[in-house]
Amino acid sequence: MKTVLEGSHAVSEAVRMARIQVMSAYPITPQTHIVEALSEYVAEGRMDARFICVESEHSAMAAVIGAASGGVRTFTATSSHGLALMHELLHWSSAARLPIVMAEVNRALGPGWNIWMDQTDSLAQRDTGWIQLYVEDAQEALDTTLQGFHLAESINLPVMVVLDAFFLSHTYEPVDLPEQADVDRFLPALKPRIRLDTRTPFAMSQMAPPGVYMEMRRDIQSAMERAPDHFARTEVAFEKVFGRRYGAVEAVACEDAEVILVMTGTAASTCRQVVEDLRSEGEKIGMLKLKMFRPFPVNAIRKLLGDARKVAVVDRNFSFGASGIFAQEIRAALCNHPNHPPVFGYIAGLGGRDITPDTLKEIYRMTRDTDHPQAESVWVGLTTEKESR
Amino acid sequence: MAIKDYLRQKFFPHMWCPGCGHGIVLNSMLRAVEELGFSKNEIVMVSGIGCSSRISGYVDFHSLHTLHGRALAFATGVKMSQPELNVIVPMGDGDALAIGGNHFIHAARRNIAMTAVVMNNRIYGMTGGQYSPLSGYGAIATTAPYTNIDHDFDIVELSKAAGATYVARTTTYHAQQMTKILKEAILHDGFSVVEVLTQCPTYFGRKNKLGSAADMMEYYKKNTTPIGSKAKAENPDLLERGVFVRKDLPEYCSEYDKVIETAMKGRS
Ligand SMILES: Cc1ncc(C[n+]2csc(CCOP(=O)(O)OP(=O)(O)O)c2C)c(N)n1
Ligand code: SF4
Repeated sequence: MKTVLEGSHAVSEAVRMARIQVMSAYPITPQTHIVEALSEYVAEGRMDARFICVESEHSAMAAVIGAASGGVRTFTATSSHGLALMHELLHWSSAARLPIVMAEVNRALGPGWNIWMDQTDSLAQRDTGWIQLYVEDAQEALDTTLQGFHLAESINLPVMVVLDAFFLSHTYEPVDLPEQADVDRFLPALKPRIRLDTRTPFAMSQMAPPGVYMEMRRDIQSAMERAPDHFARTEVAFEKVFGRRYGAVEAVACEDAEVILVMTGTAASTCRQVVEDLRSEGEKIGMLKLKMFRPFPVNAIRKLLGDARKVAVVDRNFSFGASGIFAQEIRAALCNHPNHPPVFGYIAGLGGRDITPDTLKEIYRMTRDTDHPQAESVWVGLTTEKESR
Repeated sequence: MAIKDYLRQKFFPHMWCPGCGHGIVLNSMLRAVEELGFSKNEIVMVSGIGCSSRISGYVDFHSLHTLHGRALAFATGVKMSQPELNVIVPMGDGDALAIGGNHFIHAARRNIAMTAVVMNNRIYGMTGGQYSPLSGYGAIATTAPYTNIDHDFDIVELSKAAGATYVARTTTYHAQQMTKILKEAILHDGFSVVEVLTQCPTYFGRKNKLGSAADMMEYYKKNTTPIGSKAKAENPDLLERGVFVRKDLPEYCSEYDKVIETAMKGRS
C-alpha cells in the first residue's frame, strides 16, 4: 500500500511489522520520533511487545542485550551522544553474538552543540563489530530495517541501520508499506541460537582467558566475512516478496566514467540528479553508492573502482589527524589493486550543512581538472578560508 | 549591579515556550545573585542539556554548557581546580536524576560546595514530552500515552539520604521564596540542592490536561504549603515547601586541602 511517511516512521513501521518483542530506548533528537511511534503502538496493543523506557542510552542497550539473551527479537534506536554513550555496550552485544537491530540517526557530536546531520557518530563505532547499513530514502529505511533483522539473525551479529538526521528522519516521502502477511513470509519468527533457558542452564559472557579469546575474536571476523554473502541472500529473499533490492553497493553510470563520486545517505539522491544533469552536458561522471560499511564490501569495491580513472569520495564525517572515513576505507580497499586509481577525498556537509547539486558539481570539476590529489582531503564550502588557532 | 547586566542579551529572545517556568527560575536566580552582590566573574554556571540547561546560555557568568546528565561531574572538576568560585548547576529533572542520577548522589555524598538547582517539570521538555523519573505513577507522557507505571523519586528525600547538607523545595509560583532559598543555598558551604517545581505547559501541562501555565502555577499555590504548617497536618497530601536540611559538615575541597597539608607536613 502506498502511503506518505516521515523517514523516522518508515523505521517504526518496519519494526512494528518485524514483530519485535522487546525494545528499549532513551529519547534524543532526531531519533525520538522512531520510538515515540513505537511506544504508542505498544500501548495501543498494535504490537505485542514490551517497551522499556530507561534512564540513559547505556541502560537502553544493556536492557536490549538482556532481552536478546532471553532469545527474543529486539530493537533500539539512538543518535549522536546517545550512541557514543552506548559504546561499551556495542562491543559487548556483538561479541555476545546477539542479533540486535538498532536505528541510528546520524547527528553531529558536541561541543559546539549541534543536532544536525553528520556521520562521525556512527563511523566512530566502526570497530565495535556491528554491521552498518546506510540508507538513502524512507523506502530504503523501511526495507533495510526489515532486512536488518533477517541478516542479523542469519549470522548472529547486530545490525545498525543508519539514516540522515532531518534530511531523512524528519521529511515525508511516499513509501510502499508492505502487508503484514508478506513481512511474515520474509521474516519468520526468530529461532534464537542463544537463549537463556532454565531447562538447559548455561553461563553467558564468562571469563575468556588468552587460550580462547583470540579464537572468539576470529569467529566474529569470520561471521563478518560471510556477511556480504548473507546480505545477498537476504536481498534475494526480500526481492522475491517485495520486488525491491539495493545491493551492498550500487553503481550508477560507472562503466565509462572519468570521475566516480562515492556517496552515502541522502546525498546519494542529490548525486543521482547531478549525474543525470552532467551526463546530459556530456560530462563523464558516475556514482558509487555505498550502503554497506561494515563489513566493508572490499571485493565489490575493487571490482567497481579498481579500473576507474579517478575516484572522488564525499565524506560527511571526519577522522581528526587523518581524513574522511569513507575515503580512508576506499583507499585501503584499493591499495592492493594493480591499477589503483587516484582517490580524491572531499569533506562536505558537516553539522547539517547542505550538500547541494552545486557542491557535488564543484567536487566533480575539481577532480576532473586535477591529475593527482594534492591533499588527503579538501574541505568544500568553508566560509572562512583562514584557520583560527 | 542591575539585574539586566547579568544577562547575555545577545542570546535573546530565549528559546523557552510562552509560559514556561524556566524563565521564572532565571529571574529568581539573578535576583539572588544580585542581592548577594556577586560580580559576574565570581560565578560559574555549569549546565547539561535540556530546556532547563539553556539557562546557562542566558547569564553573563562563566558558563559551561556540557553533556546531558554530566553537569555535576564537570562542575566537580571546575570546583576542585578553582575552589574560590561559586558553582551553580541548573538541571532538568531528567538531566539530574535520569541520565545523571549517579553523579547526583555522589556529589551529594561528597558534600562538595555547589548549588544544584533541579528544575522539576516532571517531563523531558526538550525532546518532546517523554516521561522522566519525576513524572510519577499515573502521569501521561508521549512515551506513556495511557498511563505511566514508573514511580517517581522524592528529590528532597533522595538528597537527604545521599548526604546533601542543604536541601530545599520551592515553586515558580513562590518566586520570592525561591530567591531567598537560592541565596542561602549559594552561600552554603557544602552541597546544596534546591528543587523548584516549574511548569512545562507545552508537554506536561497539555498531556495531563492541567490547563494554562497560569493554571499550573495556581496548582503550585494550592497544593503546596510551608514545612510543618497547620494546613499540612489537616491535609497530608499537600507538598511541603521550604528548607528541609541545613547542616554544617566538612566541605570536600577544604578537607582535600587538609589532606594535602598533612601529606606535605609543613613543606610547601
Ligand atoms: C546522551 C544523551 N542522550 C539524550 C539526549 C537528548 N536529551 C536532551 S535534553 C533531554 C531531556 C531533557 O529533560 P530534562 O532534563 O528534564 O529538562 P527539560 O528539557 O524538561 O527542562 C534529552 C533526553 C542527549 N542530549 N544526550
Ligand atoms: S518544552 Fe516545556 S520545558 Fe521546554 S521550553 Fe517549552 S514549556 Fe519549557
